[in-house]
Amino acid sequence: MKKTEIVEGYLEYMRESIEAVEKTREKRLKETFPLMSLEEREEILEKFHPDYKAEAKRPVKVGPNKGDLMPHEVADLLEAHPLVKPRDVDLSKVDFDVDVLIIGGGGAGMTAALWANYTGVDAENILIVQKLRLGDSNSIMSQGGIQAADKPNDSPVLHFLDVMGGGHFTNDQKLARRLVLDGPMLIKWHEDLGVIYDKESDGTMVTIHGGGTCRKRMHSARDYTGLEIVRSLKDDVLNKNISILEFTSAVELLIDESKQVVGAVLYNMETQEYYVARAKSTVLTTGGFGRLHVQGFPTTNHYGATADGIVLAYRVGAELRDLDSVQYHPTGAAYPEQIVGLLVTEKVRGLGAQPVNKNGEQFVYPREPRDVEASAIIRECYERNNGIETPTGMRGVWLDSPMIDILHGEGTIAKRLPAMLRQYKRFDIDMTRDPILVFPTLHFQNGGIIIKENTETTIQGLFASGEVTGGTHGKNRLMGNSILDYSVFGRITGINAAKHAKKAKIGKPTLDHVTKYEKMLKEAGIETDRKAPILLPEYRGEKVLSRALDIF
Amino acid sequence: MATIYIMGKAYKVPNTLTIMKAIEYVGYRFVRSCGCRGGFCGACTTFYRVKNDYKLHVDLACQKRVEDGIYIVQLPFMPAEKPRWDLDKMKPATDEVIRVFPEITRCLSCNVCAQACPQDIEVMRTIQALRRGDLEDAVNLTFDCISCGACSMRCPAEITHYQVFQLARRLYGKYETIPAKHLIERVKEIEEGKFDDEVSKLMDTNVEELKELYKKREIEK
Repeated sequence: MKKTEIVEGYLEYMRESIEAVEKTREKRLKETFPLMSLEEREEILEKFHPDYKAEAKRPVKVGPNKGDLMPHEVADLLEAHPLVKPRDVDLSKVDFDVDVLIIGGGGAGMTAALWANYTGVDAENILIVQKLRLGDSNSIMSQGGIQAADKPNDSPVLHFLDVMGGGHFTNDQKLARRLVLDGPMLIKWHEDLGVIYDKESDGTMVTIHGGGTCRKRMHSARDYTGLEIVRSLKDDVLNKNISILEFTSAVELLIDESKQVVGAVLYNMETQEYYVARAKSTVLTTGGFGRLHVQGFPTTNHYGATADGIVLAYRVGAELRDLDSVQYHPTGAAYPEQIVGLLVTEKVRGLGAQPVNKNGEQFVYPREPRDVEASAIIRECYERNNGIETPTGMRGVWLDSPMIDILHGEGTIAKRLPAMLRQYKRFDIDMTRDPILVFPTLHFQNGGIIIKENTETTIQGLFASGEVTGGTHGKNRLMGNSILDYSVFGRITGINAAKHAKKAKIGKPTLDHVTKYEKMLKEAGIETDRKAPILLPEYRGEKVLSRALDIF
Repeated sequence: MATIYIMGKAYKVPNTLTIMKAIEYVGYRFVRSCGCRGGFCGACTTFYRVKNDYKLHVDLACQKRVEDGIYIVQLPFMPAEKPRWDLDKMKPATDEVIRVFPEITRCLSCNVCAQACPQDIEVMRTIQALRRGDLEDAVNLTFDCISCGACSMRCPAEITHYQVFQLARRLYGKYETIPAKHLIERVKEIEEGKFDDEVSKLMDTNVEELKELYKKREIEK
């Protein structure tokens, strides 16, 4: 029997392990575990990274990426029936006729909307469709920061090398180049908008390392970086009176006779009414797939992260890439149960906290690229059996957070990690005094829709940016490059969607691709009740679902 | 197990669940009142009372654990129009904030707003800071604000605090922080194409050589 008395947030048997961590702390403050070589990295990934489990994937049976390996959870959505039948939708009545339709109102969507507006599209000719509230997205949750090579000892060239190495040299180099070269300009734009970055008194940006960076180029706004940027973007989208439809999903794209995308069928999540939106440029900024819980992992992601964008794009024939690659953030909360899977920002390690095992020993360099760091934690818990087991049977390792205040002075955590400190305090854990328990959690969709440098997909009239796209990060994204990604490519999308709208000639909207897709499913011998996109995850209790009647 | 009352209706749920997970456990599927599920977005603001306590409490459904005998209702939307402003035409001063939101001068200093805040923000103190002209203090006091609107729901002066604070933060960020010089210089260098050749050269390098360059790069201490 585990000792079950709780002492300041932790069970007694956990306290015993914490004592071991405290005993080795002084020694560990002076020594850091060495970095792995590229060969060692490859080996640990193959043996321990969840992506390398062959049984977790299958080749998708239909569509432009037929034969590509994808996690079952993603293949399930691509091998599913569309939500709407063409005969149920009257396309002759257009409810919204706009220049730029933006599907997804997170960081990428709002950045695109603002830049489309700057490029000359009137606010009323831009429509943002958002499944939940404007700004509800993974963007708002990113804590640690945004990379940009703007310090004198740094350069976009070094940033490029970091991006490529982090992605194991599988990235689309043109996209990686844009990412690093446009980075500083976007930070400047944020500064002009009034985003409050952490600065020295003379205006110099406070920057730290992230996993896999060779220079300290992580800019932050305390540990509310995503929140601070998103609330500023949202404020300006509202100030400019850009049209917004909240609690409304896109359930299918529309194409015309020349196979270009010309809008979408929308669905009011509350009244269940559909709307027809016609657009000269259509933009997908729907984010990622964390809420699919690939391989049963908990996730850091937002409630709406259900891969809708890749489903919609795939139906009209857009090509995808690297969807076999999932980012597991090395440090999700493993305890207490109420916050399992939530993000413990990489900034905690950036500020000096080391991951240590149940005996208080280091077992990995604290800032390897994310996939490598995550693999090392999985190895420590399951092969070497050096993890700490929680009351619900989960395993985790300690992240020695008290080191931060020792290294940088008392009050550092309170000042630079207020959100983390608050989250643990809610459960009586003081992370300035005690370490916190962590285990990898599903964090980011590395792959996605293929885009060109101008963010156009392989289908005319359809643009995409942010987490829904693939290529920029190859098979592994580095910390701080996701906010940068949606900022850099959201801007490019806005500009190009606006330019495209000025010259585009669009025809009659149809759902012909839906009929075609159904035929394809049949020919591939897929018999299923599954429908996609799923729009929201299903978390209702099993008992109530098994007894639910569909009569009202 | 704990008995919880969702808008008055009793259900039994495991007592380890958060309010959000408990509501799902009994069979609700969220469209509103659920967002990031991680304490950052303010979508799941929940008002509650517990046994033998007359007080009305506020917390985030995704962060608060259920208690036996808890009565809960959520706030899916804060009814308020967002005033439009153009920062470029404003001065970095609190009188701009008072001009847009004159109702802040009606603050009764009752502090009910702060008691309602699930983020423990000193809401009333911030309003007072703005009234005495201290923009910076207001920014620091409200950086953790997630705009859930709980304060505004309770305020007898009918202030929409979260909107007031957003304007204060934006004015401060735009006008009262010093622009980073190294950033301005780097943007200029990039515009002049200073790094174009070097990046192009890397793009033309084969993967094996690129790996060597990657290995050799010096890590800043």
